[in-house]
Amino acid sequence: MHIPDGFINAGVSAAAGVVSAGGIGYSLVKAKETLSEKLAPMAGLVAAFIFAVQMLNFPVAAGTSGHLLGGCLAAILVGPYAGAVAVAVVLVVQALLFADGGLTALGLNVLNMALITSFGGYAIFRLIRGVLPANRGSVVAASGIAAVLSVVLAALGFVVEYAIGGNGGASITTVATAMLGTHLVIGIGEGIITALTIGVVLGVRPDLVYGAQDLLPTLQLRDPSIVAGRP
Amino acid sequence: MAAKRTTTWAVVVGGFLVALGLAFVVSRFASSSPDGLNKVAIDQGFDDTETNHATADGPFAGYGVKGVDDQGLSTGLAGIVGVVITFSIGLLLFVVVGRRKATGGERDAAAATASSGSAP
Repeated sequence: MHIPDGFINAGVSAAAGVVSAGGIGYSLVKAKETLSEKLAPMAGLVAAFIFAVQMLNFPVAAGTSGHLLGGCLAAILVGPYAGAVAVAVVLVVQALLFADGGLTALGLNVLNMALITSFGGYAIFRLIRGVLPANRGSVVAASGIAAVLSVVLAALGFVVEYAIGGNGGASITTVATAMLGTHLVIGIGEGIITALTIGVVLGVRPDLVYGAQDLLPTLQLRDPSIVAGRP
Repeated sequence: MAAKRTTTWAVVVGGFLVALGLAFVVSRFASSSPDGLNKVAIDQGFDDTETNHATADGPFAGYGVKGVDDQGLSTGLAGIVGVVITFSIGLLLFVVVGRRKATGGERDAAAATASSGSAP
């Protein structure tokens, strides 16, 4: 979903740049306050993992492919603030080094694929978790559904941007229908990858999943007694 | 039960190796069809509004390594470059973030109380 240079006019691109710079700057400050020491290296891993999986375009329909956006996954693993920053790192590297996503469109891409997916996806994840029982199965299910919807939200971001400042004069309603329909299907791939990844990390180290830390109190309460047993 | 817990760094290194493997090996099997946005742009006729990318002549532009003729290898090597760079920046950014929290006045306070051991 990387927007190249030219699709969206300079004014809207610049405005998105300002919003994104502010959003990522604020996220970095908040991540500083909230990211626990053990999740810090995980945030680095999240950036590398998302870069790798974004390369893996999967076919979704005749002549169309999609790939992971990763913002929702990142947010559930390390929290929405650090998650948004991690995806922004990926997007900047992609734009500068791999010519993927326009340089003038970087703000648009960070807005759609880092900020909207991380914060929107995480909000949906919390909402879904709120109505499900508090267990690992719920976390996996909620992560999958939230990831699907995060891609649709990102596509909606593009539609709004195109409606305000799109070049080429395409009809907004047809662009909206095509974008949302296509990305609902791509979102299913996002949901599967996200749910699988969260499931694996939950299986190995459930305490490394930011969005599942409320499941841990009973485990953590036993730690002091174990530690106390040591000299 | 929790005697043999996988350490955080083991998870990070394991995950990093998985990322390297995906980027180097699996990337060559990725679909080369236009992605959702590009397909919509083509179908709706605004794909020709795309302008030249400023770094289109870079050594790794388009997820390939300039001068490597084997397509799969070229993509895979570009993938390794990307994974290593994003990992390094991410680690630097977040470990620096983590460090800053512990430095400043808190370090003296921590030294004075001889680490109460319950920092968040």
